[in-house]
Amino acid sequence: MSSELPESSVPPPTGADEPASAPTRRTFIATTAVGGAVVAGGVIGGTLLLDDDVAAAEAPPESRVSLTVNGTRRTVTVDNRTSLLDLLREHFGLTGSKKGCNAGACGACTVLVDGRRVNSCLTLAVRLEGAEVTTIEGLAEGDELHPLQKAFIEQDAFQCGYCTPGQIMSGVGCIKEGHTDSPEEIREWMSGNICRCGCYVKIVRAVEQTAGRK
Amino acid sequence: MHPFSFTKAATTREALNSGRRGGRYIAGGTTLVDLMRETVERPETLVDISDLPLREVRVTERGGLRIGALVSMSETAAHPKVRSLFPVISEALELSASAQLRNMATIGGNIMQRTRCTYFRDVTADCNKREPGSGCAAREGFNRMHAILGTSDACVATHPSDVAVAFAALEATVQLLGPDGERRVPFADFLLKPGSTPNREQAIRQGELITAVDIPALPRPLESGYLKVRDRQSYEFALTSAAVALHIRGGVIREAKVAAGGVGTVPWKLPAVEQHVIGERPSDALWKAAAEKAVQGARPLSGNRFKVDLLKRTVERQLRIVGGTR
Repeated sequence: MSSELPESSVPPPTGADEPASAPTRRTFIATTAVGGAVVAGGVIGGTLLLDDDVAAAEAPPESRVSLTVNGTRRTVTVDNRTSLLDLLREHFGLTGSKKGCNAGACGACTVLVDGRRVNSCLTLAVRLEGAEVTTIEGLAEGDELHPLQKAFIEQDAFQCGYCTPGQIMSGVGCIKEGHTDSPEEIREWMSGNICRCGCYVKIVRAVEQTAGRK
Repeated sequence: MHPFSFTKAATTREALNSGRRGGRYIAGGTTLVDLMRETVERPETLVDISDLPLREVRVTERGGLRIGALVSMSETAAHPKVRSLFPVISEALELSASAQLRNMATIGGNIMQRTRCTYFRDVTADCNKREPGSGCAAREGFNRMHAILGTSDACVATHPSDVAVAFAALEATVQLLGPDGERRVPFADFLLKPGSTPNREQAIRQGELITAVDIPALPRPLESGYLKVRDRQSYEFALTSAAVALHIRGGVIREAKVAAGGVGTVPWKLPAVEQHVIGERPSDALWKAAAEKAVQGARPLSGNRFKVDLLKRTVERQLRIVGGTR
């Protein structure tokens, strides 16, 4: 089932499901940062350089794109430079997918596009016309967690948790691809996801546990 | 990232029209988007070619392969015919990048990818490949990962691809389509050594499109495989690598195709190694003597002298893995 949403003009970073007036951790940090910049501008006694840049530049080229995210059809107009990761996080408020390296080297941004795991940081949003995207937010069935989400909890497969959404989405892909015959095979096929807490042993166990149940 | 306009080509003709006007083709985008973010690449127009009908892998009449330019790395590696006819291609692909990147990246894009030299990626560093005439920071810099073969005063960057090493070994051909029609370029002539123009990396003309990579038929039975040596076991570029394919009949090596990666400014074909083993019977002594020839002409830099011995050992080991010691 997919529901239709009208063209999004949601100002970042407020999430789609959050009341616009309620301050979230993200809007609070953003507001504080802007306040800090204004003070700094006042100290040097001039207008912020950023203002000149914005005034001088033409509006960057944009495109309109319709895609399905976790079963919901969305239509947005985005700056062509927008990555899928930024679209998810900054336009749709889906902040589960994480920005680690922003260069395809860490896997924290992993999502499924048309069922295949990809790095959303290296995916240009404008190229996703008609695509079906699944993020960590779309994995559970209502309140029922996906088996791999449960396995991560049961195996205690994370510490700080920053890489976890990417690990789980990558693990879903890995299981679907069938590369789970041994711990060694899982390690190799999960190598695109870095965990700086070093939870690899338990991550492998969680993937193994979930693959075994299928 | 600099702003750019975006268009998606519905047909090959549309793509070529956009390409002729200076549009930059994008397929998997794993290199291009990354380098655009670093402002190393600054295309004004991107032409999305992902809808073009270049997604087929097929066996040619004589038992070679044609791999469409838009087949992903993961699809190519998993293809039953690739696995059975040329395991060296599947192995090279599956030892590359990560599962996510292999799902995105294509065969055409793989051979168009640019070097991972850190000075090339750093727009504040001198780099003749990025900014002709600015110098080469790697020559006297951190050059442990850099090339020992095919270098010039202007550039010592390695070509990063693994599957390109297999393509070089197997003497593949790149099929191109441009405004003036089709053209075939031997793989050995497609990727260019830096010389005095390291900014020119491929023998491809403005607006030309890679449509396929052709692997020629080789006599059977053919054993082949790829060995990659690196700082960590997975998801890392090669320090050294070797692609080997051998046709052995009646206990004698009748045909040999060998190339090395991680050591050259382009995938490094090793004809002297091939010639040394053809007509001989597999043995430990043969592999060792042949591998000595892999480093002919090597010119190590301050930080990568170790690659000379490592390359010999990599080639020797892979010859033994593929050819055995009957």
